[in-house]
Amino acid sequence: MKKLSIISFSGDFDKLTAVFTLATGAAAVGYEVNLFFTFWGLDAIKKKQGRSFTGKSPLTKAFGFLMGGLKVAPVSRFNFWGISAKIFRSLMRKNNVATLEELVDSAKILGVNFYACEMAMHILGIGKDDFIPEVKDVLGVASFLKLADDGQTLFI
Amino acid sequence: MANYKIDITKDHCPITFVKTKIELSKLAQGDTLEVLLLKGEPLENVPRTSTEQGYTVLSIEPVDGDIYKVIIQK
Repeated sequence: MKKLSIISFSGDFDKLTAVFTLATGAAAVGYEVNLFFTFWGLDAIKKKQGRSFTGKSPLTKAFGFLMGGLKVAPVSRFNFWGISAKIFRSLMRKNNVATLEELVDSAKILGVNFYACEMAMHILGIGKDDFIPEVKDVLGVASFLKLADDGQTLFI
Repeated sequence: MANYKIDITKDHCPITFVKTKIELSKLAQGDTLEVLLLKGEPLENVPRTSTEQGYTVLSIEPVDGDIYKVIIQK
C-alpha cells in the first residue's frame, strides 16, 4: 500500500488546509496516511476548537489561550486579526470547495491516522485528553520515522 | 446487486475523490456505482484510482457538455 506521512508543524489556517487536502485526497485514492502534529500544528487536533486556557502552568495556559484551536487558526499572510480566515471560509463555501472543518471530518471518516508529538506536548503542557479522540497515539521522532518508512514524507 | 449513484460535478479536489471513495466503500461484490463527473482532473483520475483500488470501470460516456458518466463495479 502506498503511504503518505505529513509532519503538520504550522497552525496556520492555509497550511492546515494544505495538510488536510493532501491527507484526504491521498486517503481517498488508497494511500495509508499518517499525520504527525507538532508545535503549532497541535492546535488542529485540540478538543476545544476556540480559545481556552489549555495547559498546566500559568505560562502554558496563556500560550494555550493565544494559540487557540482549529476555529481560530490564523492565515499565514494578511491575517488581519482573524478576519481573513473568516473571509476564506465564506469564499470556500461560496465556491463549493471543502472548508477546513469538512476536510478534517473527511480525514476522520477515511481513517487517516492522527499522531501527536510527545515533546511539543510536554513543552506546551498539553495532555492526550486535550485532543480529539481520533488522535491514535503520542509519538516521538523514532516512532514517527518508523511509521513513515518506505513512503513519502512532507513537512508543512 | 445494487446500483448506487453519485454526482460530483459541483465538487472540487479532494472532495471529488473523498465522496467517490465513501460511496465505493458501501458497495458489495457485484454492485455498481454511477458517478457523474466533469472532464479534466475528475475524469482523468476517478476511473484510474478506482481501478488501482481493485474496482472495475465498466463504462465511461459523455452525458452533456463537460459532464461524463462513469460506471464502476466492485
